[in-house]
Parts: sequence; C-alpha cells; structure tokens
Amino acid sequence: MKVMAQMAMVMNLDKCIGCHTCSVTCKQAWTNRTGTEYVWFNNVETRPGRGYPRTYEDQETWEGGWTLNKRGRLQLKAGGRLKNLFTIFSSPKMPSIDDYYEPWTYDYENLTNAPLQEHTPVARPKSLISGKDMNVSWSANWDDDLGGSADLATADPVLAKVSEQVKLEFEQTFMFYLPRICEHCLNPSCAASCPSGAIYKREEDGIVLVDQDQCRGWRKCITGCPYKKVYFNHRTGKAEKCTFCFPRIEVGLPTVCSETCVGRLRYIGLVLYDADRVLEAASEPDETKLLAAQRSVLLDPHDPEVQRAAEREGIPRDWVEAAQRSPIWRLIHDYEVALPLHPEYRTMPMVWYIPPLSPVVDVVTETGEDGEDAGNLFAAIDRLRIPVEYLAELFTAGDVAPVTAVLQRLAAMRSYMRDLNMGREGDASIPAAVGMDEQSMYEMYRLLALAKYDERYVIPSAHAEQAHSLEELATECSLDYEGGPGMGGSGPFGEGSGPGFSDPIAVENFHMLQARQTADTVADPATRKARVNLLNWDGKGAPPGLFPPRADDEADGTAAGVGAEVPASAAPAEVQPRPAGGSDAGPAGDGTAPR
Amino acid sequence: MTSTADTILWVVIPYVCLAFFVLGHVWRYRYDKFGWTTRSSQLYESRLLRWASPMFHFGILAVFLGHVMGLGIPKEWTEAVGMTEEIYHFLAVSIGAVAGVCTVVGMVLLIYRRRTVGPVFSATTPMDKVMYLVLAIVIFLGMWNTIAGSILNLGGHYDYREGVSVWFRGIFRFDLHPELMAEAPFGFQAHGMSAMLLFALWPFTRLVHVFSVPLGYLVRPYVVYRSKSSRLGARAPRAGWERVERTRETSSRR
Repeated sequence: MKVMAQMAMVMNLDKCIGCHTCSVTCKQAWTNRTGTEYVWFNNVETRPGRGYPRTYEDQETWEGGWTLNKRGRLQLKAGGRLKNLFTIFSSPKMPSIDDYYEPWTYDYENLTNAPLQEHTPVARPKSLISGKDMNVSWSANWDDDLGGSADLATADPVLAKVSEQVKLEFEQTFMFYLPRICEHCLNPSCAASCPSGAIYKREEDGIVLVDQDQCRGWRKCITGCPYKKVYFNHRTGKAEKCTFCFPRIEVGLPTVCSETCVGRLRYIGLVLYDADRVLEAASEPDETKLLAAQRSVLLDPHDPEVQRAAEREGIPRDWVEAAQRSPIWRLIHDYEVALPLHPEYRTMPMVWYIPPLSPVVDVVTETGEDGEDAGNLFAAIDRLRIPVEYLAELFTAGDVAPVTAVLQRLAAMRSYMRDLNMGREGDASIPAAVGMDEQSMYEMYRLLALAKYDERYVIPSAHAEQAHSLEELATECSLDYEGGPGMGGSGPFGEGSGPGFSDPIAVENFHMLQARQTADTVADPATRKARVNLLNWDGKGAPPGLFPPRADDEADGTAAGVGAEVPASAAPAEVQPRPAGGSDAGPAGDGTAPR
Repeated sequence: MTSTADTILWVVIPYVCLAFFVLGHVWRYRYDKFGWTTRSSQLYESRLLRWASPMFHFGILAVFLGHVMGLGIPKEWTEAVGMTEEIYHFLAVSIGAVAGVCTVVGMVLLIYRRRTVGPVFSATTPMDKVMYLVLAIVIFLGMWNTIAGSILNLGGHYDYREGVSVWFRGIFRFDLHPELMAEAPFGFQAHGMSAMLLFALWPFTRLVHVFSVPLGYLVRPYVVYRSKSSRLGARAPRAGWERVERTRETSSRR
C-alpha cells in the first residue's frame, strides 16, 4: 500500500443554475491573455448538448483516454508509445480551432472614429486568430440552455448511446448544467501522452500541472485527455491546463471557480488513495465495474492502518486529519452520492458529481402528485428510466443502478427533511429504505444544504517546510513567463520567448489574501508587524505600515503606521494623505467610513 | 596551395558558424527555455499539415541519415565491408532521391500553407521567414547537386566522398583541407556554405526543436510524479525567491 493524498472536488449538479460565474472568474484569473482566448479551464455545458470542444466525448473520433488492448492491458486509446512518437509531426486526432471556436473581439474604435454618416456605426466582430472580419457562429457555450433542441441535442455523443425512442421522450423531459474543470485524474492520460514528460502529477496533492519550460508543443496531451481539458496556447506554442488554482490551494484557499460559485455547489477536500492499486483498478475489464474499482482505490482515513501507512509515506498528520474531515470522502464513501464523470475513460477522474434530482421532482409535481413524497419519488425515479440512462452514460459507464441509488438517496433526503421542517416527527423508514440511518441522513442534508465555507472547503495548507519547494514548482511550471498573466508583447523568437521571470504568483500574496479574507476586521490590526501588500489592499482603511512611521511617532513610542482603528482626532496634526475611503469621514459623511 | 580566401571560406567561416551553433544553443537553452518549442500551427490548419509535415520531417530525417553516411563515413570503410562504388552510388541516389523529393514537396507545401493560410502567416515571426529562406536554399541546392551531379552527370563526374566529405570530417579532426572545397563544383560549394549559414542561424530559430526529440518517452513511466525531494537536488533554487528581509535601516526606525 502506497498512500498518496489527492485534492479532489465534488460538484452538486442539483444546485447549478448555469450562471457561468465560475467560467468567467476562472478566465479572468488564468486565461485572460493572447493565445488563450479560446481556453476555458472551467466551462459549463448544457446537457444534452455537444460540449466543449464539440463532441469531445466521442472517443471513437478523438481517441482520448485509455483502453484495454487485446491482452487486457491498459493502453492509451490513441496508440502505444511508438505510434505516438511516429505521429508527432502531425497529431492525427487533435481538434482544430473550428471544433472549439474562433475567438473574436469587436472593433470598438469604429464607434468613436467613424465619420459622420447616415447609419449608426457598428462594432464589427474581428477574429482574434486572423484579425479579419468574421461571422460569429459558435462559441464556448453557444448551445447554452438549448439542451432539448433537436439539431443540437442529436449531436450529443452521450445521447447517441441512448436509444432513439428514449431520446425523443428525454428531450421533452429536462436539461441540466455540467460545469467542468480538469479532472486531475489519478491515472492521467494527458501526462502519459506527453512525449517530453512535461505534464506531471504533484506528489503532495495530486494536482496535474504542465511544466511550461519543458513543454515542447508536441500536442499529444490534447489528444490524450478524453475531457479535452488540456489546451494549446496558440501564441506561445505550449500546452496549458487547469491548475486547480494551486497557489491558492497551497495556502488553504479554495479554487477561484469554487470561491465564486453562486450556488455554492462545489466542495473541495482531500482523499487518500492507494497508488499501487490505481493501475489494477483502471484495468478492470468490465466498464460498468470501473466506478466500484475507482471507489475501492480510495482509502479510509479513519483506518489506523491507513494512517500508519500515510505516516510512512511522509503525509503530514494534519493532512490525514483533513482527509478525515473531507467533505469529498463523506460524499463519495459515507453517503455514496458522488459519481465520477465518465469512468469508462479509465483515467480515474477526481472531480466527482452529484447527479441532478430536481427534474424528477418537477415531473412528479406536474402530474399533480405530491412531488416530495418518498413513495411517489421512488416510483418516479424508477419509471423515469430515461434521464437515469442518460446520467448513467455520463457517470457510471451506462450502469443505471448506482445512479438510481444516488437519486433515491437524494429523494429520500427531501422527503425526510420535509417532515422535520414541517415540525413533524422524522420518519425513520425513509432513510432505512435507502440504506441510511436518520443521523447520517440529517448530516448529509447539512452538508448538501447548509454547509458553510469551512465545511465545504477542507483544505490543509501546504506545510511550511514544503512551501519553498512548492513555490519552486510554481515558479517553474505555471504561467509565470513573459506573456503570462499581466504580461504582453513577444520576444525575439516569437510570443513569450526570452527571459524575464517576473513572478506573478507569489505564494506570499495568497497567504495575505487568505489572512485578509478570514480576518474579522478590515485591515489586520492584530499584528503590528503586518507588511503591506498593496495587491490585496481593498482600499478600506490605512493598514499599518502603509506609510513610513513619522519621527514624532517614534518619540512617543507608538507603533509604525496609523491604523484604521485609530480615531483621526488621536493622531497629531494630520499631514499625511489618506486614501479615499479611509478612516476619515469624507464629504459624504459616514458613507465613506469603513464598514 | 590554398589562398587566403579559401582559408577564410572553408576554415574560418565553418568554425565561426559551428561555434555559433554550439554556443548559441547553450545560450538559448539558458536564456529562453520557455521559447524552446516547435511552435506548432496545427490548431490553425491541419488539412495541409497532415500530409506536408510528416512528408517533410520523415524526408529530412532520411536526408540527414544520408548525410551521416556520405559525409561521416570514410570511403575506405564502406569499401572495406565490400560495398563497391556502384552499389553505394545506386543506394545513395535512389534512397536519396526519394527522401529528397519527399522533403522538397513537403517543404513547398508547408511554405505554401504558411503563406496562404491567414492565421498561420500572421503567427510567423521574422526569424521564421529568414530560417525558411535559408533552409529552402540549402535543400534546393542539395537537391540540385543530387540531380545535376549524380543523376544527369552535368559538368563531369565529381566524387564528393573524396572531396567535400574529407574536408567536412577534417573540420572536426583539425585536419584542415580547404583546398578540397576550393576544387569542388560550385553547387557543392554553395550547398556547403548555405548549410554553414543555416547552422549559425539554427539556435536562434524554431529549429531548436530538433534537439528535443523525445526519445525518453519510450522508456519513462507513463505518469510522471514530481515532488520537492526529487527537484531540490535537480535544480538550484532560482535567485530572487528568498524572502526579502526588512533592511536594517527600516527596522531600526520602528
């Protein structure tokens, strides 16, 4: 047994309203640069639909992920190592920009510069690839909310696996949203496809990253990833992918997509797994047993034997404790409601999903029955084989039973909690019908419905003794190059060449951000030694150290800087400028004072 | 006797170019690891690339092996293993012609694609254009030498294995024979000289990707793990990442 820790995520699809906030904030944080216009580390798809890039789930076409060869051994679907090398000059199964979309901007300048004319000037769309005028005809979420429409839905590779009869009924039934990030797989086929060995899995937390200095742009990872979550930066010629916001995770902050999720549907935590058993589990011959195999790789952090083994592997004690408190472990193992996306790709994905239940409730309610009655719901889930089959194609390689079991648990939770909320006695037979007891059902409800920030995100920060090396990883493998976030221009050998390792992701900044977000007060007055980081300064108050101490401060022994909490009258003759919104009441009175 | 001009052309310039080649790569690797890539344009266009790129690359690989054979291996060695002049000539010309045609056709298609496909053209740097020009000259001259010299026998017989090859090997053995190149037909001189120019340009172009042939992929484990321990020894921490302490002056003022 080789215990390793993995940072994992669960998304509760029942709560996703398809607002795309996660996509937008992720894009602002990571891919708001030339060359990555079409890159969405996080995207939200409407299902049924084609997905992004279009029909990426059709592995007969794109050949992503793993497959079993004739001898039953695990092999990349795109072919063995030799074939991979021989097709290096032109990757045969790589989506072209048309399969994503041609990114564009608008010629806004024309609005102000156009000469006087009869018609109102317009801002024409201009391609960001060729710079020419273009017709906008597709984008990352062009089919947003069009789940049921015949011309789009019929092109859904997942729907194609469900029979024709089923399809028509299903289209009338519902649609739902599927937010996707990189799966940070236990058995990543992108890393296995990379000829240069530039894609690696971090031993500490299992995050899969691309070493930008080592990537040579062979493009094999793009074929290798069945989720098509490795993108090609067409300006720098390097692969880029979701980083699980590792600089934030290292200091205990959730990813940007989770932090900004309006529906609070994302959970982040650790799971422990047995690295020695990954290959065996991924080689399971029966596709429908892959879910069970994947579950079996995860280790129980409460098991003393696992704890000892973790200690032997050098996993810090507080990480094991975090794994015990992990909402991910509870959702996957204790309540068994989280399912992996497309386990049949055999990559052991580590972003799990709770399948959506609400359509079932709505359908029952439409028939005039009580939509939240346990009996009705169970029957409905059973009858509504159609969406269950579709969900099964997504989450269990087509095996309906686990999906039904999850939906029944969620339905039971609704019925059971309704009684409690109505002030009635809880009906113990409802949890019992789905193999749970009353207490665990209530705890599951708390986790799914009420869980606060600290319960949804149980992220142990990286250890101080590791911090330096993790930072080192960060400086060498992420986006900290010329042309990276906030950079611009191009070097002598094309976009992003040349030196200039400015370091846009300093771990320190994220530490301060975390301290700031979790502090009760605005400006961190607790410590007099606080260093001022203007990057994270929110404009409220004047944090200590913002201004150099004055001579008379020193004389009477007050600490450096004038804190926001020091009343203005206490400070002698106010000579230093204060930022707007500081502690002084502005012209508008109290309106500008810190909250 | 060799004139000063010959010495400059066939001794000084080659050494300068090769020095550029070697030191340039060292410099580029240190200066620009991030820019060390194939700069693939497949995302923009793959219909032409699918045919042209493998054709060119496999062709040029064969051409390279042919040059190793022709320039690197002395004539005496092949004769010692019983390969007669005729057999060698036949093999060199037949295999060389096929490889050469693949290379030229592939290259023409690739340059056509680069020029006509808008996004690809706009992603082309000035250095790319210089490199394409020099590379095309080298390849066309090489092809011309094969066709005119070995197939059509224009301008009489010239055995490069007793001329150019000896000169080329001499460069690496410090056994200098500029006179051999001075006597060679113009086509070979031009081919050699343009190749030297290409070598000098090499480290400053996208051609550096040649040195990234990922042969290690065949033997390494599929999934790469990295952790602090394996990396600390592998690379020294980059300067500038140590936590900067407050200067003495500031702290004394507090």
